Amino acid sequence: MAALLPPLRVCRGILKELRTMQGPKYKLSPAYSYIMDQFRKNKASSPPTASQLTVTGEMYCRAQQEAHHDSHTYLCLLASSRTHLALHKLYHGKGDRSREEVAGLVGLRLPTQPG
Amino acid sequence: MFRSIVRLQSQFGNILSPNKVCPRSPHFRFAFKYSSAITERKRFYQDVSISQGEGGLYEINLDRKKLKTPGGKLFTVPNEVLAIAVATEWDAQRDTLKFYTMHLTTLCNTALDNPTQRNKEQMINAALKFLETDTVCYRVDEPHGLVELQKNEYYVTIGSSSSILGPEIPEATKDTFRQHLNSYNFWSLTGLEFVITQLKSVVLSMGIVDRHLSVEQAVLLSRLEEEYQIQHWGNVEWAHDYDMYELRARTAAGALFVHLSSESSNVKRKLLQDREG
Repeated sequence: MAALLPPLRVCRGILKELRTMQGPKYKLSPAYSYIMDQFRKNKASSPPTASQLTVTGEMYCRAQQEAHHDSHTYLCLLASSRTHLALHKLYHGKGDRSREEVAGLVGLRLPTQPG
Repeated sequence: MFRSIVRLQSQFGNILSPNKVCPRSPHFRFAFKYSSAITERKRFYQDVSISQGEGGLYEINLDRKKLKTPGGKLFTVPNEVLAIAVATEWDAQRDTLKFYTMHLTTLCNTALDNPTQRNKEQMINAALKFLETDTVCYRVDEPHGLVELQKNEYYVTIGSSSSILGPEIPEATKDTFRQHLNSYNFWSLTGLEFVITQLKSVVLSMGIVDRHLSVEQAVLLSRLEEEYQIQHWGNVEWAHDYDMYELRARTAAGALFVHLSSESSNVKRKLLQDREG
């Protein structure tokens, strides 16, 4: 099974999604500030060494993994919503045909009302 | 009779009516709002923002008005992250509001309004009942490729069955599950129930919630047989991909909802430590 993407790629992915959703002013949104905050706080500078695996070190790593998983989940949410909507517009977004078109399918025309 | 229809019409289009019309029985209003066929409305606001209200609960503001649930209650969420995510959902809407894409909002509405009057006990029982028909427990005997795939991917052996009747789940397993599920609060259970319904599997849902699986992995496992058939017979984008992305979006929303609803206390503690240190 493929492992989770590295945090940097997840962060970039989320920011790309936000930019697609909100346009150039995405940096002003509360979501942007929160995401950047979280990624800065949980940044892993390097894999934990043996000395770091004390009680506090391990707790920090677990919170990091949780945040990583959550960020991955959020990226999945944003990306798949967008793709789903695009597919919907592409394949299922046409709505019903008009009555004229329906009549035209079988070679008939609608009667015209006088006046 | 005509006047009552007119009043219903005015309630129909108004999520944010500041003064409610003549009170009808709450149950009737719930049923009406939740069964209304309205799926799209024009976007009527410019800005979306969040604010903190009474009791530390967060509210969503669309321009100057506060968002309300379909049941008429004020829309409040227990933590800021969830509020930001919901606000982002509302902000993402363009000309029309597509409620069927706003999964987090829908989940919050369900948790707040509880239109079907569920309590924790009922939800836990429903989840345990679902365990008996869990997707992961059904193994096939043929075709051979699918058997191999199932053996490799479905490494959980909680009980398995090849027949149409479900597996026998021992009572001890059920009790362990029940105890575990009891530790989740009502909001988290709402989200969990949603994920279980989407994935058709309690095991996979717990896998996501415990962070063993990513959403993509869980969705793949849930659709294992379908993926096998797709590899064999080919992919139909407007059906297979459409379903898969919808499933991913809903599952991700549900999983995020569960995590955010069960984590709020931890987040607060961390912030306090940061300030002290």
